[in-house]
Amino acid sequence: MSSTPDAQPEARTVRGTVVTTVPRASFDPADGSARPEELIDVYLRVNGAERHARVPGRRLLSDALRHDLGLTGTHVGCEHGVCGACTVLLDGQPVRACLMFAATAQGHEITTVEGLSTPDGELGPVQQAFVECHGLQCGFCTPGFLTTITAYLDENPDPTPEEAREAIAGNLCRCTGYQNIVKAVCRAAELRRGDDPAPDGTQTPPAPTQEEEQR
Amino acid sequence: MKPAPFTYHAPADLDQTLALLAEYGPVAKVLAGGQSLVPVLNMRLANPAHLIDINNVPGLDAVVTDDDTVRVGALVRHAHLLSHSAARTAQPLLRQALQWVAHPVIRNRGTTLGSIVHADPSGEMPAVLALTDGRVRLRSAGGAREVPAAEFFVGPMESAIADDELAVEAVFGRFPAGTRTGFTETARRHGDYALAGVALAVGLDDGPDGGTMTSARASFVSVTDVPDVLDLTPVVGGAAVADLADLADAVSEAVATHVDPVGDIHASADYRRHLAVVQTQRLLSTLVGATAEEEIA
Ligand SMILES: Cc1cc2nc3c(=O)[nH]c(=O)nc-3n(C[C@H](O)[C@H](O)[C@H](O)COP(=O)(O)OP(=O)(O)OC[C@H]3O[C@@H](n4cnc5c(N)ncnc54)[C@H](O)[C@@H]3O)c2cc1C
Ligand code: FES
Ligand code: FES
Repeated sequence: MSSTPDAQPEARTVRGTVVTTVPRASFDPADGSARPEELIDVYLRVNGAERHARVPGRRLLSDALRHDLGLTGTHVGCEHGVCGACTVLLDGQPVRACLMFAATAQGHEITTVEGLSTPDGELGPVQQAFVECHGLQCGFCTPGFLTTITAYLDENPDPTPEEAREAIAGNLCRCTGYQNIVKAVCRAAELRRGDDPAPDGTQTPPAPTQEEEQR
Repeated sequence: MKPAPFTYHAPADLDQTLALLAEYGPVAKVLAGGQSLVPVLNMRLANPAHLIDINNVPGLDAVVTDDDTVRVGALVRHAHLLSHSAARTAQPLLRQALQWVAHPVIRNRGTTLGSIVHADPSGEMPAVLALTDGRVRLRSAGGAREVPAAEFFVGPMESAIADDELAVEAVFGRFPAGTRTGFTETARRHGDYALAGVALAVGLDDGPDGGTMTSARASFVSVTDVPDVLDLTPVVGGAAVADLADLADAVSEAVATHVDPVGDIHASADYRRHLAVVQTQRLLSTLVGATAEEEIA
């Protein structure tokens, strides 16, 4: 390949799939000229559905989800990995969508906040807990918290408030002061376990006995 | 912000990767976990014409433990290494330090070798590579070479890797049986880059009153330009554990002279130096006082 991409569509292999790339005009910051920018066909599995987008290699996964696939639940705050608003699940593991290219996510399973509710449209346990515990105010940070906490509870289904605090340490919220989010983590754990005490989030039921757990 | 345009390549194997590096090396960047590179691209601090995404390359995700080393491939994520039981038994310092690397979500993508190549003086893993007398295995279309940690870290954010080279493996050394290791750091929020941090390996001879220290070596985070090793053996070697308190001034002096912190909005140079001294003192006494467990988290 030469350093000036040709104007013809071109086929090559990405992740085992043959993709065609077509040139598109873009601004070259080096000399201010227009130059063609190649587009890549990216196939993603998002919230259980096959999705396709034709994007430049530099398209961030966060932008591909929002702009190309219309899934605006994933929020973008800092775009350098610090705030956590863009966190999505990649094969079940939380990752920063702003620090990944859509092309890299090709062939992986992505879950966004839109995918956290139950198939019949009910809120998932973590979403329900945020409602009950007032875990959000403006809601900007919320999608990132919900995805992060969902994956965390798979790993640790019964966190202490201290552990809950550490689990969310990588996400920033400008509104809540975190107390209610910590409560929501513990409440979500209860909901997932099927314990269902008063929904004001202030009372934590006694931990289940071993017998109860085995049932 | 968004990255400037580049040509994206996703080579399917090592040969393709090395061929791309041979062709575009000086104007290309390798993408591993992207947890340091993508912020840099987003902020347009770097503007490569070609991006070589190695996430599809098979054979780079192995962790191999043998008698002398723990070898970590270029696609081994921090989170994988942290939970790798053979690796953490062979070299406990890996787990001890990895817990301090960023937040769990960042560790899911970021690679251990990527953070070594990135050579950030605030990174934990470069300090561990240095302290374990580790090395980095490099490949290019023209051949292969191994560079010891002492030569690999050239300056802040600068490693000895050439434009056309791919780092394929980090090789961490192991310590003799009986060595105690530990890692600690201070950050404003757990998971953020450290204001100062220290990794320590202490050799101990059993004996009455807690035994004798045979060796002690330290490397530091965020307070030196490159993670070079401070050998504290001349200061504490041969001394009884019971006499450690008497050596406090000498240890302080050695650390304070060795480190060379730079002040910024988070902490002054003096404060960072102070932290490095106090952390070393505390970790040293914890390590030699810990008789029940070889490993201090
Ligand atoms: C919010 C946040 C907090 C963080 N906190 C910490 C922290 O406390 N401590 C810490 O150590 N790190 C921290 N990191 C960085 C993280 O540890 C990264 O994993 C690491 O620095 C880089 O690894 P990577 O695989 O993501 O590399 P990339 O970002 O993909 O690459 C980094 C650099 O290394 C080069 N490179 C990578 N792999 C290779 C290879 N195999 N061969 C040749 N060149 C290569 C790239 O070209 C690039 O120049 C943080 C990151 C974020 C976003
Ligand atoms: S937008 Fe991705 S972490 Fe802030
Ligand atoms: S609810 Fe507003 S930022 Fe968190």
